[in-house]
Amino acid sequence: MNTTATQTPPPPPTDRIEPKSSQKTVVRPGDRIFSGLSKGSGITLLVIMAAIAAFLTYRAALALSENKANFLTYEDWLPQNTPPMFGIATLAFGTVVSSVIAMVLAVPVAIGIALFISHYAPRKLAAPLAYLVDLLAAVPSIVYGLWGALILVPHLDGLNKWLDAYLGWTYIFDKAGTGPARSLFTVGILLAIMILPIITNVTREVFLQVPRMHEEAALALGATRWETIRMSVLPFARSGIISASMLGLGRALGETMAVATVLSPNFIISGHLLDPGGGTFAQNIASKFKEATPLGQDALIASGLVLFVITLLVNGAARYIIGRRKEYSGANA
Amino acid sequence: MAKRIDVSGLTAYYSTFKAIEDISMTVEPRSVTAFIGPSGCGKSTFLRTLNRMHEVTPGGRVEGKVMLDDENLYGSGVDPVTVRREVGMVFQRPNPFPTMSIFDNVAAGLRLNGSYKKSELNDVVEKSLRGANLWDEVKDRLNRPGSGLSGGQQQRLCIARAIAVEPKVLLMDEPCSALDPISTLAIEDLIGELKEHFTIVIVTHNMQQAARVSDRTAFFNLAAVGQPGKLIEIDDTERIFSNPSVQATEDYISGRFG
Repeated sequence: MNTTATQTPPPPPTDRIEPKSSQKTVVRPGDRIFSGLSKGSGITLLVIMAAIAAFLTYRAALALSENKANFLTYEDWLPQNTPPMFGIATLAFGTVVSSVIAMVLAVPVAIGIALFISHYAPRKLAAPLAYLVDLLAAVPSIVYGLWGALILVPHLDGLNKWLDAYLGWTYIFDKAGTGPARSLFTVGILLAIMILPIITNVTREVFLQVPRMHEEAALALGATRWETIRMSVLPFARSGIISASMLGLGRALGETMAVATVLSPNFIISGHLLDPGGGTFAQNIASKFKEATPLGQDALIASGLVLFVITLLVNGAARYIIGRRKEYSGANA
Repeated sequence: MAKRIDVSGLTAYYSTFKAIEDISMTVEPRSVTAFIGPSGCGKSTFLRTLNRMHEVTPGGRVEGKVMLDDENLYGSGVDPVTVRREVGMVFQRPNPFPTMSIFDNVAAGLRLNGSYKKSELNDVVEKSLRGANLWDEVKDRLNRPGSGLSGGQQQRLCIARAIAVEPKVLLMDEPCSALDPISTLAIEDLIGELKEHFTIVIVTHNMQQAARVSDRTAFFNLAAVGQPGKLIEIDDTERIFSNPSVQATEDYISGRFG
């Protein structure tokens, strides 16, 4: 019909279109109920999100309008003062630094454990080991906090002294006093242990999904086991590793109880990571919310909003990194 | 460059299951040898023993001798990694590295062997892609991912990747079974050209293909399911397809079973 269209306009295909418009598609009740349910769930989620966002933004705006200090750069948290003055600089610094320390320590170890379980360990050892890692994820965070405060902090004194003595020249490991190791560095170590299981488990799953034929391609070229992993396993798993790290980072950024238990309440920004004190968004909210004045509560809500934005940015960055090399990803194989 | 393969008394296992038993044969350099036989008779397993890929499978074990000229691949102290650099392999399904560009796919084997100058790499990549009859189709997009090519092109890319390291022997495990007839023809033509430089062993389910590309044909069979596969006979392809000396070969070729 299309080929003749240039010479003579085709007759309007009335007999084809009209029945379609007047005809009713058969909709079965089950379909209608299910589509209604899923649509309803989707809308409910949006409504809840919008309500939370509106509430938080409203309360945060109340606090910010009273604030006499620069919210982004002020280093202290004094909403009970007259005039109230509070800023997130210390919190943002502490949150980012402790999470970065956690990532630097956890990601390589997690990849190593995942590779060992998926590619090196004998089958008899792999399953129990994977189970142990899962078990690590089942420990409640307050238990990590107690362990951190009672065991990790006193036992890190020696390491802190060593770091101060031999790496003190790097500035970040220079320790001013002899205070206990209730520092951002200790928090970072604790967070690393806490995010290890999720990163390990997700990367292990991805490593196991690498098609056998990609590994055989490398082996048949004369690659050693490590070269095979480098050539076919790691590149294939790259986006999975990034996703796993972001999941871990999300947990580290938002971790509350463990940080609140370990970190010294000394509210400071210090480039010396071993110095006791500092603060993170979640820890600050948890430790100050109960005794806060109404304005203090609103101020804490405002800081929570900032944490939310930081998490969003981190996730966005991860998606960008994954998407940028999509056509080279293993998904095209 | 090409080398002779001399197999004697080779038996391969998957854990306790004996997959092939007591196979002995000689493969002449610069020739194409085809392995035919019903599914499960151990052709692919035998092929994979020739570059020590069989032992990569969990439980895989080999007894016997495979001589590559005068070196026993299963001798004590022989590194399987070195063996695989001498004996290249092309698989049933095209498997270019999905995360690498066309160029990097071909260069992958060289980069394993050591560092090369960019100009040397360029030369080898072009030579290998020409050798695999793929150069004209991809020369303008060497930096595009290899997984973006068609199935037939991907398989020729895998051949280019295998020949880039100049192996002595090239093993092909049903290289055309996932390809359409035109791509199959391209690969078959290529095999004809490659045999001037390499010793080629090809497993195929397609008897016309065996008849078209190979100089010698080996017929494998197994007595029953669960029994080990055995080499029934190996002879000049022409003779196998016209006047085989074993009745079972003739039955298989004329389609009376299998």
